[in-house]
Amino acid sequence: MNIVNAIVQGIFLGSLYALLACGLSLIFGVMRIINLAHGDLAILGAFLVWVVTDKTGISPFIALLLVLPVMLAVGYALQRTVLARSLRGGPLVPLLTTFGLSIVLQNGFLQVFSPDVHSLGSNVGTLSTGSWKLTSDLSIPYLGVVLLVVSVAVLGGLHYTLRATAFGREMRATAQDPDTAGLVGIPASAIYARAVAIAVATAGIAGAFLAIRSSFGPASGPAQLIFAFEAVIIGGLGSLWGTLVGGIVLGVAQTIGATIDPQYSILTGHLVFLLALVVPRVKATAPRKAFA
Amino acid sequence: MTVLEVTDLHAKHGLLHAVRGISLALAEGETLALVGANGSGKTTLLRTIAGAHPAEKGRVRLDGVDITSVPAHHRVRRGLALVPEGRRLFPELTVLENLQVAGRRGRRGEWTIDTVLDAFPVLRPITRKQASQISGGQQQAAAIARALMTNPRVLLIDEVSLGLAPVAVDAVYESLTRLLGSGATVVLVEQDLERALSVSQRVMCVLEGHVALAAATPDITRDQVTAAYFGVRSATAPAPTAGTATSLHAEIGTP
Repeated sequence: MNIVNAIVQGIFLGSLYALLACGLSLIFGVMRIINLAHGDLAILGAFLVWVVTDKTGISPFIALLLVLPVMLAVGYALQRTVLARSLRGGPLVPLLTTFGLSIVLQNGFLQVFSPDVHSLGSNVGTLSTGSWKLTSDLSIPYLGVVLLVVSVAVLGGLHYTLRATAFGREMRATAQDPDTAGLVGIPASAIYARAVAIAVATAGIAGAFLAIRSSFGPASGPAQLIFAFEAVIIGGLGSLWGTLVGGIVLGVAQTIGATIDPQYSILTGHLVFLLALVVPRVKATAPRKAFA
Repeated sequence: MTVLEVTDLHAKHGLLHAVRGISLALAEGETLALVGANGSGKTTLLRTIAGAHPAEKGRVRLDGVDITSVPAHHRVRRGLALVPEGRRLFPELTVLENLQVAGRRGRRGEWTIDTVLDAFPVLRPITRKQASQISGGQQQAAAIARALMTNPRVLLIDEVSLGLAPVAVDAVYESLTRLLGSGATVVLVEQDLERALSVSQRVMCVLEGHVALAAATPDITRDQVTAAYFGVRSATAPAPTAGTATSLHAEIGTP
């Protein structure tokens, strides 16, 4: 694998990380919660799509469309029941709550689905393995292109919603000052519930693509959380386009590491993440207080 | 007609009993100036009326409806708006966006983006600027304009001139005076006694969470307000305000 191909494959891999990370970034940007169950919620989406596909035989993409409303409802209920209460307990309580939720979800998956590993790659035909071969060293995978398009569409949609709609303005206002938001008539709890619903739905989309691209099991969530978290930190907390950049940087780092030695793939990603923590960043990727 | 009625209101900050049994009634089109030293309980009183701080005891009624347990965002829809101390604009939203978010959830009425910009012309050239990038005087104008966008029945304004340059205070009061002249119902917290007395029909001095003095502005002298402000007992207490004697007690001195 030459370096150009590694970078191209890294961009596609990074698209998956960005897709995974945008929900994490959204919840942090609006509510100041680091959702430690985000990776497991993505795996929940993957399992739901797998179940629908397995039972009905329909395409995973159509199954995803059916699962999305369920994920929205899960997110809404999660905020209204668990997170809203834990938010009242200070900043540490939501962290512990989502950590506990992560453990509950993983054990729930084990109980319901057994420890078996699944993949949806075989359900999408040549999309999962096919590619356009440009040169002997460079190929463009079909699935990678779909992932990149979906990631840009989801992040672009979120960006448009935040910047150009009345709901987005209310979300940004609540993110900046929830008490004052109440004083202009904005119900912060309802805004939070919608934000979590959207974030969990995006996690579901990412989970489905993870299941199509590779394999997943009950314990896959924490690793996905780490990649998502690294993408968010590299790109700058609270910045959606920064999250896309962060995901791509992480993906490219991993694929370049893999060209040196396949064992270095994950390690290289972590090293870039550590580098991002210690190197002063330019304004565009610096952490923000809230979505703006 | 009484629009806002507060009865025996109590509020605490932990162990600190910040508001201790304050009662007041506000008629439509009336302006009440709340004065008092720092820490006397004025801000807590306004925040409790607006629903941003929980009431320990007592009642808040708006247009005769008990709203004591109604959340702040629902009080806005019923017609209660607070301009909080320190303006508290959404710093990374533009001035226009600050107005838009308030206009969406409030009541329908005469106040729209155009009418508030007419009332506060200083805002017109800066609507696209982020709220964090405008001057203190412009921020205060934007904060009042934002509250007006909810078309309130009662407007509560906390510390109009705090932290503003004299020229900015003049500009804000110029617009505010026009607003008050148009028949708005306002409770105004103001440290500047001259300003407070010049724009209000009634004044209430709060001392250590109690009403130390309440009277119609024409019936009271600056010395009497100053005496109540510092908790000095005075032999020349003003007569209680007609029509509000049951709720606005004319008393001078610490309880």
